[in-house]
Amino acid sequence: MHLSPDEIIFWQFGFLKLNATIVYTWGLMVVLAVGSILVTRKLSKGLQRSRWQNLLEIVITGIVKQIEEVGMSQPEKYLSFLGTLFLFVAMASLFTIVPGYEPPTGSLSTTAALAICVFVAVPLFGIEQSGLGDYLQAYLKPTVIMLPFNIISEVSRTLALAVRLFGNMMSGTMILAILLTITPFIFPIAMSALGLLTGMVQAYIFSILATVYIAAATRVRNPKPEPTAKH
Amino acid sequence: MLIDWFTVLAQVVNFLILMWLLKRFLYLPILNAIDAREKKIAKELADADTKKVEAQKELDEFQHKNAEFEQQRVALMNKATEEAKTERLHLLDKARQAADTLSVKRQESLRIDAHNLNQAISRRIRQEVFAIARKVLTDLAATSLEERLADVFIRRLQDMDEQAKADLGKALKAASEPALVRSAFDLPVAQCTVIQKAINQIFSAQINIRFETEPELISGIELTSNGQKVAWSIVDYLASLEKIVDDLLQEKDKAEAQIKKPPALMRQMDKRAYEADGSMTGHADEEWKQAEQGMHKENPEPVKTEQSAPEVKN
Repeated sequence: MHLSPDEIIFWQFGFLKLNATIVYTWGLMVVLAVGSILVTRKLSKGLQRSRWQNLLEIVITGIVKQIEEVGMSQPEKYLSFLGTLFLFVAMASLFTIVPGYEPPTGSLSTTAALAICVFVAVPLFGIEQSGLGDYLQAYLKPTVIMLPFNIISEVSRTLALAVRLFGNMMSGTMILAILLTITPFIFPIAMSALGLLTGMVQAYIFSILATVYIAAATRVRNPKPEPTAKH
Repeated sequence: MLIDWFTVLAQVVNFLILMWLLKRFLYLPILNAIDAREKKIAKELADADTKKVEAQKELDEFQHKNAEFEQQRVALMNKATEEAKTERLHLLDKARQAADTLSVKRQESLRIDAHNLNQAISRRIRQEVFAIARKVLTDLAATSLEERLADVFIRRLQDMDEQAKADLGKALKAASEPALVRSAFDLPVAQCTVIQKAINQIFSAQINIRFETEPELISGIELTSNGQKVAWSIVDYLASLEKIVDDLLQEKDKAEAQIKKPPALMRQMDKRAYEADGSMTGHADEEWKQAEQGMHKENPEPVKTEQSAPEVKN
């Protein structure tokens, strides 16, 4: 019994090690990349298109629409970051139906890595959008007194992102493992289905929160802020 | 320790690589394909709009042309009708003129025919008159027409007033050529001699005379010399006969029914001719019949007779 796939180590050389988290992540990366290459290799620009292309188009346009609804005027610019976040988390939980698979998002290291990515990306996008000075000044709003609270908020929400995803994904796997020892027949399947739903919801929540953070950072100089998306 | 910092680092790198991979192989191609499709659809819609506008334009143009064509057709039709009407009038005029010309020609030809017929009749009548006279004279007085004619002619010469006789004598004597005695028929040698003698006696000179036969001559006999002329003529008889014939023809004009009846005079003349000369030749008979038929036909022109030669009256 282990809490995180980090604990399954295939190979180690000092500080360097190859654990299940990294391996499963590579597996996901290969599946996503190869699948994309296979589908987009024969892309149709006409009115007739393949079913896989249709599926991918629905997914991409759905993500783009979601980003737009949160209030960002150029969704394509953030698509690769936010879309990859969503797809990675969603695929990680979707593959839990494969026996023996451990979702990499069930490792606090992975979720921390993703949260760090968001933590770094938010100021980067904000500075790119409005310049360094303006971005930093946003921490002084509405007054200078709010600066420590703004910084605490920034750090705490990153921590919350990481722990929320880790908790949900890890709990799913843990519940399944515990139930398997108690009621080994039908019940774990129902819980597995529930785990899939939870994974999808978590993927949505993680990416939409990241979107909202980026939107908040890039909307600093926008005189007429658009309404924020529903959480 | 739940967090393995090497794994965190590795996952960050993995995430960045995945981001790049998906951007390269998923987002960009899909978005490009969607954009291309949208452009294509927009272009097709724009094309459709353009085509629609063009079609509307062509339809308008076509309708306009159709209307124009219709107008032209009506105009051409009207023009053609006008031309046909004008042409019809022109042709009618021409036909009328041609008919008038033909009518005039026909009238002229009829007039000439009538004239010729009149001449033929006149000649025939003359022949008949002489024939009758000859017959009557032979039957009644056992004397020939030629004889009587010569006698009358000689008597006329003798009865001439002195002035005329002197003028004629002068002319006869002065003439370088022989005097000409013309008669409608051949004079027998006896009569020629009698006339020669009488002339010699009357004018007291030996006068050369040449005898000629001129069937066309109206007068029975005439003496011509140097512009002077003495004649005995049946012109008066012919004139009265013509008058009777004219009256008959005019009556025919008035009533066609009457015209169809053979003129009494012609019938009488025919009868008389057969009585006078029973051995009339077939040719003469035919000619006579032709002349008679011609007279029976419509001939509104008044019958004219030959002008008689000027005669010296005593």
